Amino acid sequence: MKLDAKIPEGPIQNKWKKHKANLKLVNPANKRKYEIIVVGTGLAGASAAASLGELGYRVKVFTYHDSPRRAHSIAAQGGINAAKNYHNDNDSVGRLFYDTIKGGDYRAREANVYRLAELSVQIIDQAVAQGVPFAREYGGLLDNRSFGGAQVARTFYAAGQTGQQLLLGAYSALNRQVAEKTVSVFTRREMLDLVVVDGRARGIIVRNLVTGEFERHSAHAVVLATGGYGNVYYLSTNAKHSNVTAIWRAYKRGAFFANPCFTQIHPTCIPQSGSYQSKLTLMSESLRNDGRVWVPKSREVAEKIRRGELTANDVSESERDYFLERRYPAFGNLVPRDVASRAAKERCDAGYGIVPTGLGVFLDFRDAIERLGKEVIRERYGNLFQMYEKITGENPYETPMKIYPAVHYTMGGLWVDYNLMSTIPGLYVIGEANFSDHGANRLGASALMQGLADGYFILPVTIGDYLATLPFDKISTDLAEFKDAEQKCIQNTERLISIQGNKTVDELHRELGKIVWDYIGMSRNREGLILAREKIRNLREEFYRNLRIPGGRHEINEQLERAGRVQDFLELAELMALDALHREESCGGHFREEYQTEDGEAKRNDELFSYVAAYEFRGEEEPTLHKEMLHFEYVKPTQRSYK
Amino acid sequence: MKVHLKIWRQKNQQEKGHFETYTVDEVNEHMSFLELLDVLNERLIKEGKDPVAFSHDCREGICGSCGMVINGRPHGPDSLIATCQLHMRQFRDGDTIVVEPFRAKAFPVLKDLVVDRSALDRILQAGGYITVNTGSAPEANSIPIPKKIAEEAFSAATCIGCGACVAACKNSSAMLFVAAKVSHLALLPQGQAERTERVKKMVKAMDKEGFGACSNTGACEAECPKGISLRHIARMNREYLRATFIAE
Ligand SMILES: Cc1cc2nc3c(=O)[nH]c(=O)nc-3n(C[C@H](O)[C@H](O)[C@H](O)COP(=O)(O)OP(=O)(O)OC[C@H]3O[C@@H](n4cnc5c(N)ncnc54)[C@H](O)[C@@H]3O)c2cc1C
Ligand code: SF4
Ligand code: FES
Repeated sequence: MKLDAKIPEGPIQNKWKKHKANLKLVNPANKRKYEIIVVGTGLAGASAAASLGELGYRVKVFTYHDSPRRAHSIAAQGGINAAKNYHNDNDSVGRLFYDTIKGGDYRAREANVYRLAELSVQIIDQAVAQGVPFAREYGGLLDNRSFGGAQVARTFYAAGQTGQQLLLGAYSALNRQVAEKTVSVFTRREMLDLVVVDGRARGIIVRNLVTGEFERHSAHAVVLATGGYGNVYYLSTNAKHSNVTAIWRAYKRGAFFANPCFTQIHPTCIPQSGSYQSKLTLMSESLRNDGRVWVPKSREVAEKIRRGELTANDVSESERDYFLERRYPAFGNLVPRDVASRAAKERCDAGYGIVPTGLGVFLDFRDAIERLGKEVIRERYGNLFQMYEKITGENPYETPMKIYPAVHYTMGGLWVDYNLMSTIPGLYVIGEANFSDHGANRLGASALMQGLADGYFILPVTIGDYLATLPFDKISTDLAEFKDAEQKCIQNTERLISIQGNKTVDELHRELGKIVWDYIGMSRNREGLILAREKIRNLREEFYRNLRIPGGRHEINEQLERAGRVQDFLELAELMALDALHREESCGGHFREEYQTEDGEAKRNDELFSYVAAYEFRGEEEPTLHKEMLHFEYVKPTQRSYK
Repeated sequence: MKVHLKIWRQKNQQEKGHFETYTVDEVNEHMSFLELLDVLNERLIKEGKDPVAFSHDCREGICGSCGMVINGRPHGPDSLIATCQLHMRQFRDGDTIVVEPFRAKAFPVLKDLVVDRSALDRILQAGGYITVNTGSAPEANSIPIPKKIAEEAFSAATCIGCGACVAACKNSSAMLFVAAKVSHLALLPQGQAERTERVKKMVKAMDKEGFGACSNTGACEAECPKGISLRHIARMNREYLRATFIAE
């Protein structure tokens, strides 16, 4: 099968406009004859479901949460990008497009990214109209701040709760459609399989997480908006329940999985404190607007800080190494995430870390507080400072934060074409769940933008083009395909429960996380990746022999839910290793130690690897690699430089 | 340190619940309270017992999933936090900690500490939105909103929908939760068109779900993890009064 991204012809500025004009329409009276399943109620899923409902389709929305509002998007802190140029700092659609392509280290599709930049401005309009209370200036107009990888201020924000406010906006639009009866919401349902009939996505199998019953649901098209898979690392900034199951099981039904090894490590998270640690907490990138990252210049001083004999405030200005400002004078503390993370790791590996484990650097607000006053800092970051203090017991107004990189986002995901359709006809994938527009590294404040562009503006238009070709007939859930898929789910669940070994899901998940972090984390090498595959396989074998799940399947059973997710993570991890091994170059978040420049920066190989790697599931055999070649007509790939 | 946990155990919605006591040694003060429950659960599973069911997800105080009554206080003995942000440094060696679900008629217990808070969703579905179709929004900066007003709206909009206000109230009133949404939207120019209908519909839905009346004790504000202020209840009362006048 040859991958066809269906990118429209013509100059990049006109592609989307022209494409929309060519899409088939479903007439308003017929829309209500089509049913659409949307799995996920994060920014992508909620915005899509609400918009589809407004258009008149009958929409069924599923989430494993007890309310759509709890989706992981709620936790996004820092902001959302849009090329409004409200600051007259020479921003434009073209510049946002350029920054995103460059930030992604030239591994994203130009046409998609351009469309994303174009739509960014409408997202802000939509959110404001819904009542999203973005931060404002004294004149009453919208305020902006800067994020990494950009030299303009284009990030809109609502204190440190931008994701919450945007999600509540989309959720309110969804609620309105529930009231209008176009959308039905099924909460506490976990999708465990995709049903494909005659080569088309026709429904899903879900487990009711309260009663344990399995349910079959059919529709004319299925949309997955199920988020990212960062929790394959066990410790990450993702919500505890975020997982890969929906897209993984769709992969096993024939949807290609693209760039699985492109994962993002965020530079500013609270360092791990003990073995009981259940997750890592992000400190928003926006903090790097005013916070300065440093470690002591001398190893002895660092050692004393680690032992608690000295504190940050004892270290004089001349003894501090502001290593980002030193290495990247043009962007300073605002270099992209992959660059900032590696720089912090480099310092810590060299012995300059400042927390007992050695894995931590300072993020210091002293100078900003002196310059702007405590009040301004409180206004900008108050809730983040409070969150930090609650977790660590230290007051960041007085002593610098301690931070270290942590897994945060996954650029990889199911492959989709320009219409956001996967390789299974009728299966659409939006938000973090698709392989997306961020190439090998996502810029800060761009995930919210992408999820909402997909959900509000792209999918509701492109899906009509597909539906218009289908008959209205309702799809029966009595078809053999539905029954078989349901049976498979039940059998798998019973199999997991029957193992009754000695290790809990968490123990096995932690072990997996350690393997993935050590070998497929911030830096990777050939030997390590080969070893990782072997270790993952062994662990998977142990999982099926030694897992222990308490209770049964006809009740609320979180251990059972988690076991199914870890089962999929154990398979995904191997695909990540395979992908990382095959990509013999460094790009964005994928840093292969063998491929670096003299000063330790990522070294791409455009001649051999300027493509999207999309994998086709082949059962017991190795997955087949399909390549979607990337062509750059508007931004010429160069060695990324933030110096 | 070492703590004793007296935890509410209830198999499902139908069966009656009871307290059971567990002792956990090796508690670290940097641990979060939910991590303590994780540690307990790991042990229970190994002992072949049923782990304690509780809701959680973000574990950073924003999704609103978590929520239990700890030593008589929703979200436990610290202020401006959700349960997941409670850390063991709040407790002392040898403490006995009593852990119960949020209790309210409108929040049936599903298992152990897990309750059904879907009533809150239904109140918002009744009118907690501004009617604006995707694609029909005007340019964002065409409606300037004074910074002070925007901030007041934001302070209401930060509600995480956890339901602690209901659990804290002796009448199980959801006033603070409902007021937060009414106030947020009533403050903004975008929310004006539906202002009258919205408050009426939401109050009606709230009553229908079986939440009690508000007697202004302020217990909700004291336990709210986001510090949602009673000001918003006052504003909602004015909104409601205004709406009934307009109707007559
Ligand atoms: C701490 C943090 C801060 C962030 N800050 C920012 C920021 O400032 N700016 C920015 O642009 N990005 C930020 N991001 C990234 C951004 O938040 C996410 O990429 C984005 O919110 C993902 O949205 P989504 O709609 O794709 O998925 P999610 O919000 O993850 O939603 C997934 C949904 O799918 C459902 N689901 C999943 N699997 C199943 C299943 N099998 N069955 C049923 N339902 C299922 C879930 O219940 C949920 O409703 C941040 C991320 C983190 C972790
Ligand atoms: S008002 Fe406060 S306590 Fe009540 S639901 Fe909202 S955040 Fe929770
Ligand atoms: S787990 Fe999300 S608020 Fe506590």
